[in-house]
Amino acid sequence: MGGYILKRLVSAIPVLLGITVIVFLIMAMIPGDPATAILGSYATPENVEKLNRDLGLDEPLVARYFIWLGNMLQGDFGRSFALNRPVLDEVLDRFGATLILAGTSFVLCAVFGIMAGVVSAARQYGFADKAITFAVLLGISIPSFFLGMMMILIFAVKLRWLPVSGMYAIYGGGDLPDLLWHLLMPALALAVVATGVVARLSRSAMLEVLRQDFIRTARAKGVNERRVVWRHALKAAMVSIIPVLGIQAGFVLSGAVYIEMVFQWPGVGRMLVDAILKRDILLVQGGVVFVAACYVLFNIAVDVAQSLLDPRIKT
Amino acid sequence: MKTFFKLLIRNRLAAAGGIALLIVVFLALITPILPLHPPNVTDTANRFQPIFSEGHLLGTDHLGRDMLSRLLWGTRLSLAVGFAAAIFAATIGAAIGIVAGYFGGATDNVIMRGVDMLMAFPYILLALAIVAALGPGLVNALIAVAAVNVPFFARNIRGVTVGIAHKEFVDAARLSGLSNTRIILTEILPNVVPVIVIAMSTTIGWMILETAGLSFLGLGSQPPQADLGSMLGEARSALITNPHTSVVPGVMILIIVMGINLLGDGVRDALDPRLRSGALTRPMASTVVERASPAPAAHAEGVLTMTDLQTQFHVGERVYKAVNKVSLHVAPGECLGVIGESGSGKSVTALSVMGLVASPPGVIVGGSVRYKDEELIGARYDKLRSLRGDRVAYIFQDPLATLHPLYKVGDQLVEAIQVHHKVSRDEAWKRAVDLLKQVRIPNAESRASTYPHEMSGGMRQRVGIAMALANDPDVIIADEPTTALDVTVQAQILSLLNELRRERGLAIIFITHDFGVVAQLCDRVAVMYAGRIVEEGQTDAILADPAHPYTRRLIACVPELGEGRRRLEAIPGLPPAVDRLDPGCAFAPRCLKKEAACVTREIDLAGNGTRAVRCLYPETDIGREAAE
Repeated sequence: MGGYILKRLVSAIPVLLGITVIVFLIMAMIPGDPATAILGSYATPENVEKLNRDLGLDEPLVARYFIWLGNMLQGDFGRSFALNRPVLDEVLDRFGATLILAGTSFVLCAVFGIMAGVVSAARQYGFADKAITFAVLLGISIPSFFLGMMMILIFAVKLRWLPVSGMYAIYGGGDLPDLLWHLLMPALALAVVATGVVARLSRSAMLEVLRQDFIRTARAKGVNERRVVWRHALKAAMVSIIPVLGIQAGFVLSGAVYIEMVFQWPGVGRMLVDAILKRDILLVQGGVVFVAACYVLFNIAVDVAQSLLDPRIKT
Repeated sequence: MKTFFKLLIRNRLAAAGGIALLIVVFLALITPILPLHPPNVTDTANRFQPIFSEGHLLGTDHLGRDMLSRLLWGTRLSLAVGFAAAIFAATIGAAIGIVAGYFGGATDNVIMRGVDMLMAFPYILLALAIVAALGPGLVNALIAVAAVNVPFFARNIRGVTVGIAHKEFVDAARLSGLSNTRIILTEILPNVVPVIVIAMSTTIGWMILETAGLSFLGLGSQPPQADLGSMLGEARSALITNPHTSVVPGVMILIIVMGINLLGDGVRDALDPRLRSGALTRPMASTVVERASPAPAAHAEGVLTMTDLQTQFHVGERVYKAVNKVSLHVAPGECLGVIGESGSGKSVTALSVMGLVASPPGVIVGGSVRYKDEELIGARYDKLRSLRGDRVAYIFQDPLATLHPLYKVGDQLVEAIQVHHKVSRDEAWKRAVDLLKQVRIPNAESRASTYPHEMSGGMRQRVGIAMALANDPDVIIADEPTTALDVTVQAQILSLLNELRRERGLAIIFITHDFGVVAQLCDRVAVMYAGRIVEEGQTDAILADPAHPYTRRLIACVPELGEGRRRLEAIPGLPPAVDRLDPGCAFAPRCLKKEAACVTREIDLAGNGTRAVRCLYPETDIGREAAE
């Protein structure tokens, strides 16, 4: 198993390098002089020249890439000009908040999505199936940012059950219950679309599996139906559900950008949008590379989980 | 195509989605000629007018602009941008995919590695990076959304192209000296276009949503121009005081995306042949019983007795009579063979006993199955479940498919034991290893910890037998357990079953299509054809002197070792489809002795106590034979 994880990690190196190349090339598309773009139009000539030197902006493209890559490998993602602090520090600060939000949503979408899918398949064409199918359709059609706004309107403004926005109460907050209190609505809003997708996929994966011969064998053994569905069928269906969970993690991370804007959640997504609007290029660049790299590593974890479940995968 | 549209229209939800979409698109198209307020003229004196206010059907926004006008113009813009992004993504993605798929080799490798890298990003990061580089703006948002979706198209189209690039007509074009460009344009592209269109229709909803999202973040359309996303984004600051300015554009996005999703699902369902045939319906825990008449009395004594069993498959309007009034019985220590071609209904008969026929479409419509004195047809599920695997156990064909691929074989045996007996896991595991030893699996202790895919076919079948023996059942129903195995392993398995039967007094019902196997193992044999028993009796009597023409010809199909004098005769024709059986003998169309009387009325299974045949002109007079 350890060998397998190592192998997957090694195979991720080219992907991670590819990500840096792509981000670098996109940033090289910036029209005009990059130093001016980074510093804004009020930059002094001295500052422009200093930045050119620091980032090697007067070097050829390839050399610039390696300078940038080398700096990043040493933990130097550059400096945010709008915030006047190192990019990596800012990204790490914000990433924690995103991780809490997206991680919670991911768990919610996995648990509820799979459960809904299994129930839906087990009661195919029954009332529960129809109700779930309709809810799923609604869930995957509603834009998460609109859903978030409507939830604020209903649960925070009208009913006053939950806080409108933010991660902690401004006065007297800061502990875990306060965090969970603030987390509930954004996490649910973010989870809805992914839950719908997971439920849909789980349903069809379960229907596929429930027709298999080994399910008939389990029934012939006298295994009761609940166990047939939740153990035998679900375990086999997980083989096709887990890769989808990996993809959904990417969607949850993407949706987090909107939800962070709607709920004023101090995460990486909001940071990126603010940075784009302020033309804080280095912060965008560093943030994108960092989050994409984390996503690649997460997908390795998904592969490892898959290999733990399915002994037929050669480890 | 006609059936496709019929199916699509019959799907009410899809039709509703389609109509909603049509209305929205139509409104967006005619927006310029509608008598609307100008969308961008501000009137701060009349800001935040509510819905249905005078002159403003949907009210006004924070600058006093007419919401209805802005909504329709915004919808127009959102649809246009989403559609344009889809076209761009599809065109570029398809071009990349076709080049990669057509040229293959290193070109393919390099391109697809690049595509993989792009797909390694959560999509929004890529879009944000592009917008960051190009600067906020609607066109740049469009470029970003299109670019993010290019890899999806490239990968899909490449797959299709690879399939086409090696077809004969492409090779022919190449041999005739056409240039690669010509071949791609004239041979490949026309075949790929349908796939592109389908992929586009499934992603366009996404693209509308994504561009709306970027606009919502303030990175797309810039004021005063507004698409649905930026309308929602601008309304956000007034969400609490004037929610209608948020609700209006939000609901419109919801309607559009939902309409596309409904229509898309409908198209997918209408195109999926498996849905049409019901191949994706879930089989229930036990076969549905819809009995027309009360259970008949048992026709004979036995540990398991089936009387006039009728199992059908109901598919749409059609009724397939898979098992048509079959009566069989088996006594302790006895082995009954049930033989017939594929489709004769022998497996369905076997599965009906414990309600294991997949349902839908299977329905048991009549007859009785008695285990000792208990009626099983229509018995409560709990009753059936408690007998399954405990008193009546099954051995199935093809153990690679019938064993769970993700559980160790030992655990599968343990489960079989624990389902019926309250024993600890350790104890059950010991018993499982014992069972594996009994079926002569070498190194049973370590084999118990392996997975089915790590075993050979013969070993797996032994595991299947061990599982059937786990609870010391009274009856074993073996459904072609040796068909997938080679001859030497087959012989071992048969002798193993034979021993177990003698040692434990097991009753075995052995389903097979092979008379050779019947001869080795079975005391009695029943021959099935088109859902009916056509002949029944002691194995040696039937082998020596078959009475039904079908039986005789079935025996003639078995090659004999060493002798080789007899002609090996295949039976011409195929068994009939059991959804439209003519009256009389189902074998008549293939029978050499067919007379008019054979197909005028039902023929009874007639005979004495030990032999019976369903034929008006049997090959041998079984009445006389019995008298001798």
